[in-house]
Amino acid sequence: MSTLASQPSNESRALNPTAKITQKILVLGATSGIAEATCRIWAAQGAQLFLVARNADKLAAVAADLKLRGAAYVGTAVADLDDTDKHAELLAHAVNSLTGMDIAYLTHGILGDQAQAEQDFQHAAQILHTNFVAPVSLLTWLANFCVQRHAGVLAVISSVAGDRGRKSNYLYGSSKAGLTAFLAGLRNRIDREGVTVLTIKPGPVKTAMTAGMKGSAKFANVNKVAQTIVNAIDKRADNLYVPFQWQPIMFVIRNIPDRIFKKLNL
Amino acid sequence: MPLSTAEPEAPTLPATTAEAPTGPPQFESWGRYPRYNAKVVPLSWRGDFPAVLAGLQDSALPVGMGRSYGDVCLLKDGTLLQTTGMNRLIDFNPETGVLTAESGITLAQILDFAVPRGFFLPVSPGTKYVTLGGAIANDIHGKNHEAAGSFGNHVPCFELVRSDGTRRLCSRTENPDWFAATIGGMGLTGLITWAQLRLRPIVSRMIDYEGIQFHGIDEFLELKQKYHDVEYTVSWLDCVSTGRNFMRGIFMLGEHSKVPGELKPSPEPKLVFPMDAPGFALNRISVSMFNTVFFHKQGKAHVKALHDYEPFFYPLDAVLHWNRMYGKNGMAQFQYALPWERAKEGTIAILRAIANSGLASFLAVLKTFGDVPSLGMMSFPQPGIMFALDFPIKPGITVPLLERLGDMTLEYGGRLYPAKDAAMTPAQFKTFYPEWERFARYRDPMLTSSFWERVTDTTGAKTNL
Repeated sequence: MSTLASQPSNESRALNPTAKITQKILVLGATSGIAEATCRIWAAQGAQLFLVARNADKLAAVAADLKLRGAAYVGTAVADLDDTDKHAELLAHAVNSLTGMDIAYLTHGILGDQAQAEQDFQHAAQILHTNFVAPVSLLTWLANFCVQRHAGVLAVISSVAGDRGRKSNYLYGSSKAGLTAFLAGLRNRIDREGVTVLTIKPGPVKTAMTAGMKGSAKFANVNKVAQTIVNAIDKRADNLYVPFQWQPIMFVIRNIPDRIFKKLNL
Repeated sequence: MPLSTAEPEAPTLPATTAEAPTGPPQFESWGRYPRYNAKVVPLSWRGDFPAVLAGLQDSALPVGMGRSYGDVCLLKDGTLLQTTGMNRLIDFNPETGVLTAESGITLAQILDFAVPRGFFLPVSPGTKYVTLGGAIANDIHGKNHEAAGSFGNHVPCFELVRSDGTRRLCSRTENPDWFAATIGGMGLTGLITWAQLRLRPIVSRMIDYEGIQFHGIDEFLELKQKYHDVEYTVSWLDCVSTGRNFMRGIFMLGEHSKVPGELKPSPEPKLVFPMDAPGFALNRISVSMFNTVFFHKQGKAHVKALHDYEPFFYPLDAVLHWNRMYGKNGMAQFQYALPWERAKEGTIAILRAIANSGLASFLAVLKTFGDVPSLGMMSFPQPGIMFALDFPIKPGITVPLLERLGDMTLEYGGRLYPAKDAAMTPAQFKTFYPEWERFARYRDPMLTSSFWERVTDTTGAKTNL
């Protein structure tokens, strides 16, 4: 039940809180609302950060802010993460700049337009590529890097939407379902090598991505979500629903029989 | 909390962009009166404006935390551009204390950054939950006006972006006319994307505090004279009592402690006013009891104590959403500045009218404005006496009273504060702010507010889009 409770940690893997200052963190999709809020917490702890994002102006604004908030180091690279051919070079550069890597935090993704994706396969493929194929490419490199060193955390933003496809966003949902399944398998493979894989499933969060969506006034506060994510990484959790209410909600949604579910408007 | 965003949420989040808003308004001012529907669009990046205006049919208005009281942060049926997501730090020089930040950062967030580094705001309003841009746009003031002037006096420069895409760096020497129009310019001259603020050094969170009871305006003025060199002074005033207790109050003074102390960030507020209070909760008896308790709380006529800066500067921030205390009808604030020549007689006359109205609530504040000139064309502070009081909104009663009090203010040569206003008439506004026509030339044609539409009586203003 408790997704936050990590397995009994053997001493060598538990993070020494006093050693937080040395955390080296690679952030992919660093200008997303959740990523930026999380990075502000790490910056205040004096972490070393390497930020990757697509828009140079936004990336520079975020990097300057994090440096002022106390990050010991902030490196940046502008990259379109859809371009999987460049991933190996990009990741090698990031890890060299950080002189190592304790945490890789994958937060990039697109919501896409469900209605458009229902008619236009190119758009559907785009959603799958950005949210699933590209993270698989990144995680393949990162997982092997961590396995070699028998250390590291791969913290990846998936979504509650991946727990069951719904008509309102099943392209986004299926891309995240694929990602969640990939992460579960990856964890099964490399946890025994000393590498933690954390699947983060946020419910709707107030960020630029969800601005203007119906009911967004009630969405979760991004700073609280970020703090929960930082705590889950510190505890070496495997799965995280955030806010936690989404775990029982999704349990119910996953278990509604299809003869009923198919008639619902979700 | 490492992040320490001791921070209430901005009053709203984005409304649906696709549909017309329905139900209660998405964005309320702090007084929750008046209430208007508007579309709310968040600005997250310095480059979002003016691109965000593309396709908008209506006028727009940049807004922050919605802590001004009346309609200066509202735009009926228009688009509110909420800047609170634009809250990044850009630069800080620990030698000079000059902080550069995006305009949607709140003073609370600035304090979280500055206090652990030994710096403090140069001017503190009564709440820290306002944005940097809002503080400039209303040229806010604090308890140290005599020494420091208003907020804009501590802003070396900012960037102003117009709806046509023009970007201007504004300071006292560069684009000085745009600088003067934008300080106190109520968000109407364009969007302030970032600004500099000159912070002041501190060595401790603590404030050396003194509280002194007084009876009547003469005792108040004597105290003011006696303590004129103390940095922060403000008085709480009982506006309900008449007769012997007329104008009794507590004169509060403070200075940053010079004894070095721990400079940790503030904890998050824990108390939230849970819901609208019923209309009968605030009545003459409950308010009168509150005022009596408050007056005698300090036990003796003169107390000295060491207080943390939070309760000294932001006592009401400890209870999030305290404005719900006024119930669903909301409240209006009445805030004037009277010039010294007629400040005393005007204050006595106006306070008598207020006491006789029976409508007064607690939270009346009396202080003086000093001689440091404000830099804005439309800045509120002027040397003399400043007074502020909240009124619960009673339909058909409060607004006419406010109009009468506005006329009295005008008669005594004073002015009212747009950031706190819901009732100023066009005639009053144009007398209070004789530069308004010059200021109007700097207004961005795409931007307006319900306040501006109301007080300038420009029925055709939106047609110049």
